[in-house]
Amino acid sequence: MIRLIKRPTPSRFWTAATPVLAVLLTMIAGGLMFAALGKDPVAAIRTIFYDPLFDPNFASYSRPQLLVKAGPLILIAVGLSLGFRAGIWNIGAEGQYIIGALCGAAVGLAFYPAEGWYIFPLMVMAGALGGWAWAMIPAILKTRFNTNEILVSLLLVYVAQQLLAAMALGRMRNPQGGGFPGSRNLSQYPAASNPELIAGTGMHWGVVAAFIAVIAGYILLQRHMLGFQIRLSGQAPRAARFAGVNPARLVVFCLGVSGALAGLAGLFEVTGPAGQITIDFNSGYGFTAIIVAFLGRLHPVGILLAGLLMALTYIGGELAQFMLGIPSAAIQAFQGMLLFFLLAVDLLSNYRIQLGRPEVA
Amino acid sequence: MLLTIEGLTKAYPGVVANDHVSFSIGNGEVHALLGENGAGKSTLVKMIYGLVRPDSGRMTLRGVPYEPANPNAARSAGVAMVFQHFSLFEALNVAENVALGMDHPPPQRQLARRIREVSETYGLPLDPSRLVGDLSAGERQRVEIIRCLLQDPKLLIMDEPTSVLTPQEVDILFQTLRRLAADGTSILYISHKLEEIRSLCDSATILRLGKVVGRCTPREVSAREMAEMMVGTTLQVPTRAATEPGEVLLEVSNLTLRPASPFGTVLRDVSFSVRAGEVLGIGGVAGNGQDELLSALSGEARDLDGAVRLRGRPIGKLGPTERRGLAVLSAPEERLGHAAAPDMSLTENVLLTAARREGLQSHGFLNWGKSRGFAEKVIRAFDVRTPGADVAARALSGGNLQKFVIGREVLQRPEVLVVNQPTWGVDAAAAAAIRQALLDLAQGGAAVVVISQDLDELMEIADRFAALNEGRLSPPRPTRGLTMEQIGLMLGGAHDMDVAHV
Repeated sequence: MIRLIKRPTPSRFWTAATPVLAVLLTMIAGGLMFAALGKDPVAAIRTIFYDPLFDPNFASYSRPQLLVKAGPLILIAVGLSLGFRAGIWNIGAEGQYIIGALCGAAVGLAFYPAEGWYIFPLMVMAGALGGWAWAMIPAILKTRFNTNEILVSLLLVYVAQQLLAAMALGRMRNPQGGGFPGSRNLSQYPAASNPELIAGTGMHWGVVAAFIAVIAGYILLQRHMLGFQIRLSGQAPRAARFAGVNPARLVVFCLGVSGALAGLAGLFEVTGPAGQITIDFNSGYGFTAIIVAFLGRLHPVGILLAGLLMALTYIGGELAQFMLGIPSAAIQAFQGMLLFFLLAVDLLSNYRIQLGRPEVA
Repeated sequence: MLLTIEGLTKAYPGVVANDHVSFSIGNGEVHALLGENGAGKSTLVKMIYGLVRPDSGRMTLRGVPYEPANPNAARSAGVAMVFQHFSLFEALNVAENVALGMDHPPPQRQLARRIREVSETYGLPLDPSRLVGDLSAGERQRVEIIRCLLQDPKLLIMDEPTSVLTPQEVDILFQTLRRLAADGTSILYISHKLEEIRSLCDSATILRLGKVVGRCTPREVSAREMAEMMVGTTLQVPTRAATEPGEVLLEVSNLTLRPASPFGTVLRDVSFSVRAGEVLGIGGVAGNGQDELLSALSGEARDLDGAVRLRGRPIGKLGPTERRGLAVLSAPEERLGHAAAPDMSLTENVLLTAARREGLQSHGFLNWGKSRGFAEKVIRAFDVRTPGADVAARALSGGNLQKFVIGREVLQRPEVLVVNQPTWGVDAAAAAAIRQALLDLAQGGAAVVVISQDLDELMEIADRFAALNEGRLSPPRPTRGLTMEQIGLMLGGAHDMDVAHV
């Protein structure tokens, strides 16, 4: 008989150890799956986790990709984690990401072809404001009319996608693009571009912003009253009201910050790695960031590591498809296993397992 | 002898709940089981009722060995139990609820007749066709009792039956229990209310830390002697020097407030005032607006008409933080989840209310060192038993957390302190310490409002007494000279006056 016994205080050891355990379990279960598909499991795991970083043939290309992919994930996830901690569920970061990119790109395209140091900072501000404004829609609807922010923010993603398509085909289309959909390439417009800051690292301003967000998020949650109120509201809403927390203000703050950070991520993407507004500009960072936020325990440092890990499985997954012919569905299943095991072993931090005969009670 | 218990022992990991407990109950005897929280009373009755199996020891019921494997076996042997918390369906009527608890319920009409018979025989007025949702707590308890009596039990176990009753309802219950005892039914009565035990019970077994520490005939010893046996030390009775009340600090006039939740009670036209140096006791059965009154005073609920005033200045529009800034502090009833965040450490929990007054933050940045210092000060001053300030609030026992919650407010030097159920579920020694702290605070010139269901507590510490009933507050009256009967009328046990028709 296996029984679960609730711990009086969450175990510190297991809180830190469960993500590592989840990764190990994912490797084992994923290896079994790859073996069942007739692939060499050791080679597959190696291709996913090791080759992107250290293989002499691929590492020079895929290593910078790590930061390029992890940057937006971390930036968005840090913002989301604040709301998730407070029990405010912004599921629409993907939409805020798109709107941030559109607003930022619009400012840059409006200045084209002017030169000036101030253009890129203005675009950054416009990107953050765009994401913030898009997130204010569910925030105001929730505080005014008590609507469900999960539904509103999620459905606004689809609205944002339509706007994106309309812009790529209409107002923002490159007049010199020969009629092809898509805007001018911002990464080739120096005053508006977000270049690789250190060659060969993948470091761009978005990655810098992600690191700043991690540090700021850490300070907010650990050292600031507002962060304390966020944690308190998530854990004990009634106690939070007793402590004088204004729930509506918290909703506006959390949705606003996560929207602004998602908007920033979009802006840095459209000016850098993506380069232009296209119909399929968004690639799911806003949704993947939800997984990253939980994988990182809603803790800024955890999110930093989780973002890097998630980026690694994406890059490694692509490599495994390409090198070993593993189907992309199997890679997605592998990533799903990671989240599944993480949530499953999470139990260990609050419960301990007792083997033996049950107590008569 | 009806039931004899010898050497009953039950150990849980880390704690021996019952250690060689022995006692016996005669036919028609009302036997009290007395002890503080955690003394092992519940475990003991659970073993008798077949919910928990003892590790060792023997029970003998009517001369034959008695080892109930489950409550069904206990019931068929003639043991019935009325729990502290009722298990009734509000949407069903009395007879339907009773039928649900029976293995082979008779047809409804026949059952209704039997319910009426039993209720008349034992003086428990109850209409079988009424919806349970419409009944008062006392009437709901009668449903549970009648459910037991229909099984014609030899032994009736009652777990803290009076905690939800008004004094009039207690009287009705006691008459019933005496009549049952006179008919030969034995009653095992669990309580920590000593006066009740003295008036009702023939004999008492006192438990402390799982062991029998004393037996007595309650009528022959004083409540204080029993309490001291229960606690194991000499009890400190709260004392205070007489003081002249000062100026009016907190004044509430004609406060009418709709509750935030649809299940809350509407406060209607509540008025009272408290002076510096005074303790106002507000009694009443839970669910009559206590929570709502506390939130109106703490600032969780706002009143926009200026009904709540501090030194004449309206504070109804201010939130909890602003009120704390004005030295109006409060401690709600629900410790876990309202007064304290269960998963946060004590250091974090002092930030809930003390961040501003104790300077635990500057420009919004938290000073963890100072927070821990204040948490440790509360722990020391109020003798909170905990391994340290880093322990999660939920790891503390109820009494210790209560001491922490009250201490956190008292040490912030409030001018007005409002507490709801300050000693609910707290052992006698801790309760005495909390009451003393409240009295000391009043002595120092604060206005204290104590909302409580425990009338003895209010009589002990309050200067004036008022009762909440269905959201209305009776006019406060000086406590000195109030009789239990007058209090009962103030509590307005209106729906329970129908004892007269029996």
